[in-house]
Amino acid sequence: MSEAPPTTPPTEAAPVHEGTATPRPTMSRKSVGASQRTAPDRFTPPEPPALEVRDLSVYYGKKMALSGVSMQIPVKKITALIGPSGCGKSTLLRSLNRMNDLIPGARITGAVDYHGHNLYGNSVDPVEVRRRIGMVFQKPNPFPKSIFENVAFGARVNGYKGDYNELVERSLRQAALWDEVKDDLKKSGLALSGGQQQRLCIARALAVEPEIILMDEPCSALDPIATLKIEELMRQLARDYTIVIVTHNMQQAARVSDYTGFFLAGEAAYGQLIEYGPTEEIFTTPMDPRTEDYITGRFG
Amino acid sequence: MPREQFHRQIEALMDSVLEMGSMVDHAVDRAIQALLDRDPVMAQAVVRDDAALNAKNFECQNDCVHLLAQQAPMARDLRLIVSVTAIMTDLERMGDHAEGIARIVLMMQDEPLVKPLIDIPIMAGHARDMSRNAVQAFVDQDINAAFLVGSADDVVDRLYDQIYQDLIQVMIGDPSTIEPSTHLLWVAHNLERIADRATNIAERTVYSATGNLPQMDVSSY
Ligand SMILES: Nc1ncnc2c1ncn2[C@@H]1O[C@H](COP(=O)(O)OP(=O)(O)O)[C@@H](O)[C@H]1O
Ligand SMILES: [Mg+2]
Repeated sequence: MSEAPPTTPPTEAAPVHEGTATPRPTMSRKSVGASQRTAPDRFTPPEPPALEVRDLSVYYGKKMALSGVSMQIPVKKITALIGPSGCGKSTLLRSLNRMNDLIPGARITGAVDYHGHNLYGNSVDPVEVRRRIGMVFQKPNPFPKSIFENVAFGARVNGYKGDYNELVERSLRQAALWDEVKDDLKKSGLALSGGQQQRLCIARALAVEPEIILMDEPCSALDPIATLKIEELMRQLARDYTIVIVTHNMQQAARVSDYTGFFLAGEAAYGQLIEYGPTEEIFTTPMDPRTEDYITGRFG
Repeated sequence: MPREQFHRQIEALMDSVLEMGSMVDHAVDRAIQALLDRDPVMAQAVVRDDAALNAKNFECQNDCVHLLAQQAPMARDLRLIVSVTAIMTDLERMGDHAEGIARIVLMMQDEPLVKPLIDIPIMAGHARDMSRNAVQAFVDQDINAAFLVGSADDVVDRLYDQIYQDLIQVMIGDPSTIEPSTHLLWVAHNLERIADRATNIAERTVYSATGNLPQMDVSSY
């Protein structure tokens, strides 16, 4: 029971079916339209990539935090990054919009391609990268300003010339917060509940019209109902945006994401992508025994 | 291991499957014994004791529902718990077939045997072996053992054919034997169904261990 499941397909492992010439039909995962992964960490989503991570390694000073990650982040889907703490999930997320640049000593090798260009190329402006690829953090961090100004802030910084009322309303609606705050836009963002603050931060990220939204454990400071609201919101946003979410909550990854990548920092102490695939496969029939052990709680 | 309590609960489910398996085996054994001995008291007991199988099944299904709700199991654990619910249903139906045989024994009363009981006990032995082996294969998560159960079903199907042909001959030879012959045919049919359910359990074992659901044997009955 505690062993890894046999990897040999049953048709091969089985003794020959005595007295029958016809092969035994097997209803395999493949026959129900699931992906055909050849190796746990080799998976190409069917959708076009919004981001293509190529052999990415990240160092903090001399210490390697993440080693040789290659994965395609599909467009307008939710990709979840899971794994025990310290395996490099946040490190990977931060390197998807050059937030790592802000950490002294952080250094990367490899590439992250976005619309055919390496985000780490010489001519790339990291500020523009962070506008197109927004980030929502673990702890809601509204500014000590009005709800309106919180949403308008990023657009102001970018010199937005359009109608601010319209922009703020649209962003708050997209973040499923409008109905709750529309009569109170002058109220401080800090006066909102935790879940509302997080949706305000999402509205703020949306107001600069990004393509991709990165979320680092966006619900870990929220109660279950607020968490479910954010998850529902993520599903709605995935119609228009590409979302990458780091979560330590496996149920959340299972509920909300389309694809899941599992990371582990083994004895080598640097994080690696162990397995990547469609979420329903990762959580029902993972290929790598380490993924299996982690998601069934046999880990550590 | 962080989820020891949960994994103990899963072990307890396996114990329930084993226990249900041995209850079913006992029911089939006594039903056939009642037939051989023409013992209505034992047949009555088999009919009465089927309630315990139903209760055990319900209890175990409930345990599965609670585990799904409370532990949100994943991967192998998830496949295993879902398989337990399917297997308990199979075992419960196997118990119904044992009860069916016992009811036929009660119907037969003192009617004379149209032929000596040779093939039926052999068939019963095979069906019981298959059932026990299927349950053991599941508890051990042993896919090779599971596939052996699948192949054994052919033997039971052939025995059933044999019994069917013999009884048809008896009935053609002497139409007054139609009713007692039909009774024996029903017994054989119940045994054939028990073997089919054992094959289901073997298929579930492969699913639980690998995520693939094989079609081991498409019975012709
Ligand atoms: N700013 C930093 N400076 C130095 N080391 C860091 C920094 N941030 C993260 N690390 C290290 O990198 C590894 C990965 O961390 P992180 O990406 O935060 O993991 P996760 O998000 O999966 O918990 C850890 O060993 C962590 O200590
Ligand atoms: Mg982190």
